[in-house]
Amino acid sequence: MTKERANLVRASGLPALCLLAAIALPFVVPQYYVQFASKALILGVLAMALNLVVGQGGLVSLCHAAFFGLAGYVLALMSPKYDAASLLLTLPVAVLAASFAALVIGALALRTRGVYFIMVTLAFGEMLFYLFHDADFAGGSDGAFINAKPELVIAGVRLLDLDKPSTFYFLVLGVTVAVVALLMTVVRSPFGHALAAARDNERRARALGFPIFRIRLIAFVLSGALAGLAGYLAAVQFGFMAPQMLGWHQSATVLVMVLIGGLGTVTGPLIGALVLLGLEEVLKAFFEHWKLIEGVIVIAIVLLLPNGVRQLWPMVFGEAAREPARDHAIKPTSAPAPETGHA
Amino acid sequence: MDLITFGVQLLNAVQYGMVLFLVASGLTLVFGILGVINLAHGAFYMLGAYLAYWIALMTGNFLAALVGGVAIAFLLGLALESVFIRWLYGRDHLAQVLLSFGLILVIDEVRQLLFGKDVHSVAPPDWLSGSLQLTDNLSYPVYRLAICVFCIGVAALIFLVITRTKIGMIVRAGAENREMTRVLGIDYDKVNRLVFATGIALAALGGIVTAPISTVYPGMGDGMLILSFVVVVLGGIGSVAGAAIGALLIGLTDTFGKVFFPSVSGMLIYLLMAIVLLWRPNGILGRREA
Repeated sequence: MTKERANLVRASGLPALCLLAAIALPFVVPQYYVQFASKALILGVLAMALNLVVGQGGLVSLCHAAFFGLAGYVLALMSPKYDAASLLLTLPVAVLAASFAALVIGALALRTRGVYFIMVTLAFGEMLFYLFHDADFAGGSDGAFINAKPELVIAGVRLLDLDKPSTFYFLVLGVTVAVVALLMTVVRSPFGHALAAARDNERRARALGFPIFRIRLIAFVLSGALAGLAGYLAAVQFGFMAPQMLGWHQSATVLVMVLIGGLGTVTGPLIGALVLLGLEEVLKAFFEHWKLIEGVIVIAIVLLLPNGVRQLWPMVFGEAAREPARDHAIKPTSAPAPETGHA
Repeated sequence: MDLITFGVQLLNAVQYGMVLFLVASGLTLVFGILGVINLAHGAFYMLGAYLAYWIALMTGNFLAALVGGVAIAFLLGLALESVFIRWLYGRDHLAQVLLSFGLILVIDEVRQLLFGKDVHSVAPPDWLSGSLQLTDNLSYPVYRLAICVFCIGVAALIFLVITRTKIGMIVRAGAENREMTRVLGIDYDKVNRLVFATGIALAALGGIVTAPISTVYPGMGDGMLILSFVVVVLGGIGSVAGAAIGALLIGLTDTFGKVFFPSVSGMLIYLLMAIVLLWRPNGILGRREA
């Protein structure tokens, strides 16, 4: 395959092929894998949301699980005890709640830089964790159940049966595609370029007159809203919310997904989520102390593959694979992807 | 609240703050000098408590647990620095966050393999058990007083080493300008290793002295990690004096918050952090970052 052909396949063929495979999936694999795929896509949306601030904005946030969990808890608290909640009512409220939390935390955290930002997001994220962990209204450390999945009813007609795994899967897939399209648009827009400019050289971006604080805050809130969207879907799938879903371990795990997939692309974190969850699935099946192995793998990735598993492609497929891999990146400039986080 | 209760709570606040200071000073030292943000710091606090439990069980001697636990943590710090941490100098924060997260997973599982999942308790040494009659109707556990005295001693030692000794001078010079110290012929690799191991030993020490007044349980490092971060954010990164101020503020806020506003006490320290950040984004004694 020539380099140009490879480029073309990568540019248009591969995403289309992936999408086709994803649509065909419920018809060919057992239900368990359909549920697994739903979970992986949901966490993939969370990872892509986080990547907007980490990869594009250079801001390492450790509180995104809190937005994710907060939205899930909103559904749990709004659901009637034995009845289904309305999707059209609960979904916007959940996403708005996550956005509002992101607005408040972002407005405070973005006053700080670099490592302070990491610490402050970590601390505020844990504040939300303890809120749900200690509070009686949300079931405390036992968590909260969602007994009936929310339903989408318009003019008396029930449009979606979310109890059916394949229906839920297609809803999640649709949301995922929409989020990818949205993030692609955002990243390629003048706003996305300004966000990246602030990451690459804050002083220069400021000198050029960009309102950096406002740009970053908007990105943070959008990212929090998408994290909330993922959290809502996760709550629908599991029918259960536990405070651990807000904890910083969850945030760090999603950060690992982002790193595995590579910071430079919109869809990389989605692949990272698939890889990490697939890895966990395999390790859990074979080892009791699978987290030990996962930890070693995380350390190895950080030390050996600082740009994610994409780095493996040139090693596996030879030099030819190097170029398309870079073409795939959404970075507007031709400069090598700078690392995130400037102290 | 009468004066006696107030006094007891004040002592509690100081004692709590002093333990926080031990742990947070290790965190801020490692960041301030090595530029490494270590999320696994809380895991070493937990490990210290488990080591104290284990050595106290083996020897029946709390002093042995104290010395042995700190020594093991220090050696572990030396080893980890030379195998993993030294690759992180100059790397971005994301790499540091993720590598230390990987370390947490490993440490947690190893702890479970060695000590199991159970909750344990450690007895304070006989000569520090019981209560001391401070005034006619105010008595206070001797062990908690001993923690205060011991931690103030350690804090004074840290200040003396950093401000008065040659080692401290080298460490400060390195934090200021690493290249220059290297040119002057100082073996900075060795200094890095010592600083990291000291930071880890301080975290473990916090866990060890806490073990007799708390229980030893798997998730104990997490809460401590978050609190140490808040302390460091309050005080200013890299400032040991800032860590002392931050730790005392948290100790006071948390202890008196539980007395006066029990329903919202969990939120108070974060409220305090938000206020301090609005006032000084780089902490009370923090320097302006470039």
